[in-house]
Amino acid sequence: MSAAPSGFSLTDQNGQTRVFPTGRPSLICFLKEDCNTCNLVAPILEAFHQAWGEQADIWVLGQSKDGNQILQDRHGLTLPVLDDSALKTSFAWGFEIVPAVYWLDAEGQGGPCVEGFVRTEWQALASQISADLKASDCGVVWADLPDWRPGCGSKHLDREIHDRLLAEANNSPIRARRIEIASSDDLDEFMFDQGFSDGLPLVPPTPERVLRMLSGTQRGSQEIVAVVPPNMAPATVEKVAINAVMAGCRPEYLPVVIAALEAVCTDEFNMHGVTATTMGASPVLVINGPIRQRLGMNMKLGALGPDNRANATIGRALRLIIRNVGGAKPGGVDRSTLSTPMKFTMCFPEWEEGSPWEPLHVERGFAPSDSVVTAFAMTSGPVQIVDQESRQPDQIAGTLGLGLEGMFLSKIHRMPVDALLVVCPEHIKTLLSDGPYSKARLRDRIQEVTRRPLRDMVANEISGAGIPLASAAKMTEAQLDMLVPKFSSDQHIHIVVAGSEAGKFSAAFHGWVTGPAGSVSVSRKIEC
Amino acid sequence: MTTILDPTDERVPVERQITARTGDISGIVGLLDIHKPRGNILLDELELLLATRYPKVELRRYTKPTFAKPCPPDLRLQIRSECDYLVEALAD
Repeated sequence: MSAAPSGFSLTDQNGQTRVFPTGRPSLICFLKEDCNTCNLVAPILEAFHQAWGEQADIWVLGQSKDGNQILQDRHGLTLPVLDDSALKTSFAWGFEIVPAVYWLDAEGQGGPCVEGFVRTEWQALASQISADLKASDCGVVWADLPDWRPGCGSKHLDREIHDRLLAEANNSPIRARRIEIASSDDLDEFMFDQGFSDGLPLVPPTPERVLRMLSGTQRGSQEIVAVVPPNMAPATVEKVAINAVMAGCRPEYLPVVIAALEAVCTDEFNMHGVTATTMGASPVLVINGPIRQRLGMNMKLGALGPDNRANATIGRALRLIIRNVGGAKPGGVDRSTLSTPMKFTMCFPEWEEGSPWEPLHVERGFAPSDSVVTAFAMTSGPVQIVDQESRQPDQIAGTLGLGLEGMFLSKIHRMPVDALLVVCPEHIKTLLSDGPYSKARLRDRIQEVTRRPLRDMVANEISGAGIPLASAAKMTEAQLDMLVPKFSSDQHIHIVVAGSEAGKFSAAFHGWVTGPAGSVSVSRKIEC
Repeated sequence: MTTILDPTDERVPVERQITARTGDISGIVGLLDIHKPRGNILLDELELLLATRYPKVELRRYTKPTFAKPCPPDLRLQIRSECDYLVEALAD
């Protein structure tokens, strides 16, 4: 913030426009009526005006309209009292405390600002003015005044006001179109009417809020984070911030939203297809690394559910960006037959501390100290896998396999489709009851217990899905007897840990079309 | 006045768009008197003109309880369900 006096044009108490610099030496003093020290110096300023008003402009800039009138009446001020109730001049001059007084030359240049009241400083100021003007003393009896009085914080530094002024300033990082809504309009209804909402109420993205949101990242507001499908619209950091405000995010969540958007707007993730499919797919975000703790995310009891602000709003912000910037709306490019509530929001952190395994992001090549978001395209979930009886590690692993067998349709096997398995802490305990139990062994066990003969996949009177009868007719008995697991590769089984320490209930998310023709999960480091 | 920032890609204007004009009137036209003085006189004249120019159009009159408050939801729903067009008359 610069603290240099700059030109202004303001109106005094008589409606006269006063322009600075004036072409004469000027004493400019900012006051606010409810500040005791401002009231202490107001008569001094009037005395200055009486003594030197012929040679210099002695002006008060008051910070509220009503307060200016009170100041003028209370102290019988005849000097010009200018209206800076908009606080733009206070903001531009950049002082912090009122009274703030400047002695400036005819070009508006001059010495430092004197803030508050230190008698010796004000006395020195009076001597300086007297000397500069080659004029007599102002007649103020300094000995009658206190040695020192603290000033008050300038009104332009009130948080809401300051953020507004910052947003309106010429160097504001805000460039988005401003929409003015009449006070007679219902703001919430207006945002619904404009189609900005996912169906839930929104936090109005005022310039002040967006500015605060932008403080959550070091990135420039006009940097393009991603080109967002389906409209292939560029999303600037500012647009991301606007939607993050609407979703209810705090500024410190913004880097996560940015990384998540980068992840889903890759060719690999294929957000267009995820949006458009009639099957109804949605990004599912898994957060790893230290940022989980910093944001207070919930990775334990109820980790996949509601109530934690970061869990809830990061996923929602991503959704709002996809629909508002990218234009993905149901009935438009979004053609989901039933869709899924995960499209409102689905974001949770892994409970790395409760896991015996490498966290997901480390498994995917990142350092443990990195904070990372991983996006999966999922069509169902979380689907509960219930087992309260198994006491042997292979039994629990078997249960998790059988739980995954229902993905899409239980009879269909050898699927080239991702699943995201969320193992609960009690199931972990059982898995480890006889010693270490690696992720690789768990994946093997899942594949082992879901092996079925191909003949079980052949279309029949119960279900026409699977291997067509005509194809099956061309297969040998040995081929039909071949055992195939649920997944075409164990690499499709992604495993994380989350949930409360009580309850033997794991869960799975079922994927969409995995691979280049569909979607591949993508991880992005979160740059804080 | 509240200012918010546009969350979209700004390819669509934010102003509410008026319905496309067909150049013809058919069906049922509602005439809503908002209960301002002389609103009924304005609507009487309008009703006469419409009935003369569009004899096949059915005209229905409605009245708000008071001009000072928004139209009651029930009346709004009734108009919406019964009419193809609505003329709302200010007056004084």
